[in-house]
Amino acid sequence: MNKVVNNVEEACKGIEDGMTIMLGGFGLCGIPENSISELVKKDVKNLTCISNNAGVDDFGLGLLLQKHQIKKMISSYVGENDEFERQMLSGELEVDLIPQGSLAERCRAGGAGIPAFFTPAGYGTEVAEGKEVREFNGKPHILESALTADFAIVKAWKGDTAGNLIYKATARNFNPMMAMAGKITIAEVEELVPAGELDPNEIHTPGIFVQRIFQGETYEKRIEQRTVTN
Amino acid sequence: MLSKIQIAQRIAQELQNGWYVNLGIGIPTLVANYIPEGMEVEFQSENGILGMGSFPTEENIDADLVNAGKQTITALPGASYFDSATSFAMIRGQHVQLTVLGAMEVSENGDIANWKIPGKMVKGMGGAMDLVASAENIIVAMMHTNKRGESKILTKCSLPLTGVGCVKKIVTNLAVLEVVKGGFKLLERAPDVSVEDIQKATEGNLIIDGVIPEMRF
Repeated sequence: MNKVVNNVEEACKGIEDGMTIMLGGFGLCGIPENSISELVKKDVKNLTCISNNAGVDDFGLGLLLQKHQIKKMISSYVGENDEFERQMLSGELEVDLIPQGSLAERCRAGGAGIPAFFTPAGYGTEVAEGKEVREFNGKPHILESALTADFAIVKAWKGDTAGNLIYKATARNFNPMMAMAGKITIAEVEELVPAGELDPNEIHTPGIFVQRIFQGETYEKRIEQRTVTN
Repeated sequence: MLSKIQIAQRIAQELQNGWYVNLGIGIPTLVANYIPEGMEVEFQSENGILGMGSFPTEENIDADLVNAGKQTITALPGASYFDSATSFAMIRGQHVQLTVLGAMEVSENGDIANWKIPGKMVKGMGGAMDLVASAENIIVAMMHTNKRGESKILTKCSLPLTGVGCVKKIVTNLAVLEVVKGGFKLLERAPDVSVEDIQKATEGNLIIDGVIPEMRF
């Protein structure tokens, strides 16, 4: 099955104001750079974005925050994004902060047809407010619900025309779970090859989870914390 | 009084052969530099790597290879990469033996707060809530007091919690403490730090039993 679209404009077709969008990546590692630029260009507004982080002030999802295109963020870490923290503290931006493991599992559950699950993470904290608590093996757990999205946008290293994806190193992170949880999943890849060229043994995300795939024009791959030894 | 590096060195003494260990951002990250000779431990970073190595050289930098602090790293022989759900399966499923993380406050019953100061600062919990809820061994690495000189070792946490009843051990610039029933048991004191100094810097109940030895390095 051919999932290839011609370019990023075609890939992001149908993304509209008010939609919920999942975006893969951890910090700036493994984020769908080309699609984010396209969302900035399209100027879609009132988005609910599900992403572990919100980029930095001038890159990644930070670009959408700057233009106030995001109504609500569902994330685990604000970190060093000043604009994110400012908009959150001033109340301009709705933010749902959830534990990182729960975020990953909620996306996985959304894609896997599991409506909710119990986890110990967050018990006894603000995260547990309003959630059902149940004891298993003598330990309290809280009920977390699955997450899905109108569009999931992921970034992979290599992909083929059938939508199969291979990620590189820690750029994998949330991408595989989000690919599963999108009603429409867009995959942008560094290298797009004909079906049959990737070894089926090596596929991380099977093509069934991907509806549209394209090769990104350029990748800046900005590094957040450049640390080296001599 | 210990430097941040010495806190990391003292925590490294707690490592055991064959352990998988998750290190948080800040002082905990430094622990990796002081693995005792001949010991085999593997570091897990929750963004998706087991077998994390040191920082790369300028030539080996790879933007796709970072740790949970978003720092560029390397992978050791035998390393593996995985997605975030698998990573937290390792953590929640208690396959990781030790978690070392920083804190803003710790209370007598082992509660920890490290992600939010209402109205002022919100970093987010990241993976900390999953880690503290599930880890068998949690060591907190932190300064004994905050920048205003107030104790971070309290009867009850004042900040929003990250986890309840989970901290077992604390290594600060002044002391090694164990969380036991009824308070913080003083195990060791830093070089040139008296029990009185530690008592003064501790708001929670400090349990002093016999002569308290000085830390050894």
